[in-house]
Amino acid sequence: MKILVTIKRVVDYNVRVRVKPDGSGVETEGVKMSINPFDEIALEEALRIKERGEAEEVIVTSIGGNEVQQQLRTGLAMGADRAIQVETDQPVQPLTAARILLKLVEKEQPGIVFLGKQAIDDDCNQTGQMLAALWGRPQATFASKVELADGKATVTREVDAGLEVNEVDLPAVMTSDLRLNEPRFVKLPDIMKAKRKPLETLALADLGAEPAADLVATAYEPPPKRGGGKLVASVAELIGELKNKGLL
Amino acid sequence: MAKVLIIGEHDGHNLNPATAKTVQGASGLHIDDVDVVLFGSDLDAVAAQAAAVAGVQRVLTVTHDDFAHPLAARIAPEIAAMAGDYSHILTGSTTLGKDLLPRAAALIGVNQVSDIMEVLDARTFKRPIYAGNAIVTVQVPEGAPVVGTIRTASFAAAGEGGSAEIVAAEARAEDPGHTRFVRVEGGGGDGPDLASADIVISGGRALGSSDNFAVIHSLAKKMGAAVGASRAAVDAGYVPNELQVGQTGKIIAPDLYFAIGISGAIQHLTGIKDAGTIVAINKDAEAPIFEIADFGLVGDLFEIVPELEKAL
Ligand SMILES: Cc1cc2nc3c(=O)[nH]c(=O)nc-3n(C[C@H](O)[C@H](O)[C@H](O)COP(=O)(O)OP(=O)(O)OC[C@H]3O[C@@H](n4cnc5c(N)ncnc54)[C@H](O)[C@@H]3O)c2cc1C
Ligand SMILES: Nc1ncnc2c1ncn2[C@@H]1O[C@H](COP(=O)(O)O)[C@@H](O)[C@H]1O
Repeated sequence: MKILVTIKRVVDYNVRVRVKPDGSGVETEGVKMSINPFDEIALEEALRIKERGEAEEVIVTSIGGNEVQQQLRTGLAMGADRAIQVETDQPVQPLTAARILLKLVEKEQPGIVFLGKQAIDDDCNQTGQMLAALWGRPQATFASKVELADGKATVTREVDAGLEVNEVDLPAVMTSDLRLNEPRFVKLPDIMKAKRKPLETLALADLGAEPAADLVATAYEPPPKRGGGKLVASVAELIGELKNKGLL
Repeated sequence: MAKVLIIGEHDGHNLNPATAKTVQGASGLHIDDVDVVLFGSDLDAVAAQAAAVAGVQRVLTVTHDDFAHPLAARIAPEIAAMAGDYSHILTGSTTLGKDLLPRAAALIGVNQVSDIMEVLDARTFKRPIYAGNAIVTVQVPEGAPVVGTIRTASFAAAGEGGSAEIVAAEARAEDPGHTRFVRVEGGGGDGPDLASADIVISGGRALGSSDNFAVIHSLAKKMGAAVGASRAAVDAGYVPNELQVGQTGKIIAPDLYFAIGISGAIQHLTGIKDAGTIVAINKDAEAPIFEIADFGLVGDLFEIVPELEKAL
């Protein structure tokens, strides 16, 4: 079985993102970029499945310009066997991404496609569900535990009510939640080794995926600021303030 | 044709408050024709509750054993089959909404507008990106229905007093047979629901253990509050996952929020920006939580919290 893992290049989660003064977008110039944290978790899970002998090959893929090769190389250094870049200089929204991924799925025939539950730049939380719909296969989203047996996966999912367990037939789409695992650190020798692993680049046009109509962003603004706070010196003062506001 | 379809959420007994908030969010569209559709195996009780939400014209009940537990793979094709009659298809951005609606959107062939926080007009919306560090205004292209999730923390629940007509509808799709519900393990708990509580008391990594977390539970009980937590506290196993507040946990808007032993990472703050009043208790006067807290108290939580509980 092959596992296909998607990797999005995003602004590192430690960066405090700012809106450009002219409201035309967010500042990404000179900012640290990383693998979307959820995708790193998805990749870690795929690697563990392979290390347990339940998969033969882990392929990482990213849709984007040549800069995404950096994140693909990191994925290879973590332990993926090969990488596929789908090259485009335009950012893709979830439905287009899902249509592109479907073409890769038809080509590679993976048993699992593992995505992050959401990209921390657009915070859409859509692509995995959309791919599963187009593929006509199960989706196990927000996974915090994955067990495989007999062509099926038992997946524990983080939901509002607690933990929900679903059983899905493979092939299936899964999306990772935070507590699925803790991704490994990449070691220097692995980075060297990763340079020799195959990284294939496919032109978006050659895949034949039809782009969807995009949502049009017309303005960006910083979030409304909360009014400045006040330090209180004691529990009594705190209670007084809360009573004043009618909260107690 | 301007007509809104809202997918109602329920547990078989109670309508989830997210549904009335979605109805409220949809009111900004200024479209009078609003249907709520419910999928379930026994819908009498929840249909009556949905019919009482002000602003709802019709409640469509699709009753089938397949819907005893909502599964996206089973329900998304139902929504896609109904889509032709509607200009807008909305649900709350709960975990069910987030799981289900993108699957339906893909079948309909549109991108989804996730986490709508403001409705500017029938096709223009504001939504948060980058963990709430930026707000983007997006326009949905013409020619297809608007499919979106409503960020429930941004809207109050629509009032009661509605008297919608309840109409039974037939399931139109088949069970694809590849996805099965096994069980749900809920913390449940006795206190109020975190997503809709008026007061929430959250503890962070500083609590140090699930035993120590008792000081938070105890204060919450005294105040009739729901308990929440930072990711660090959940990861460390002090409390179950459904109590996580933040970008990837629950986004909440209580009247009063206590962040106790929580540093105030941006991913946590995203979840509480809409709270009425934020109180922070932290021993580090430089902790970023104090930048957004309305009232801050610097000190050791293990002294302050019991003192607070006693003084109430
Ligand atoms: C993709 C992604 C998503 C995330 N999503 C979320 C999310 O949804 N929600 C979330 O919360 N986090 C989330 N995080 C994690 C977030 O970045 C922080 O790591 C986390 O919020 C820190 O939790 P904390 O404040 O409890 O712990 P810490 O940052 O360790 O803070 C502990 C605080 O307790 C104080 N303290 C210690 N002892 C005491 C004492 N005795 N009395 C009083 N104060 C004391 C310390 O001064 C410190 O400020 C996410 C991270 C990533 C990468
Ligand atoms: N351009 C992309 N390249 C690779 N993976 C992507 C891309 N866009 C989205 N994804 C995957 O889809 C997941 C969900 O993204 P989103 O629906 O945008 O929140 C991400 O965590 C990625 O795994």
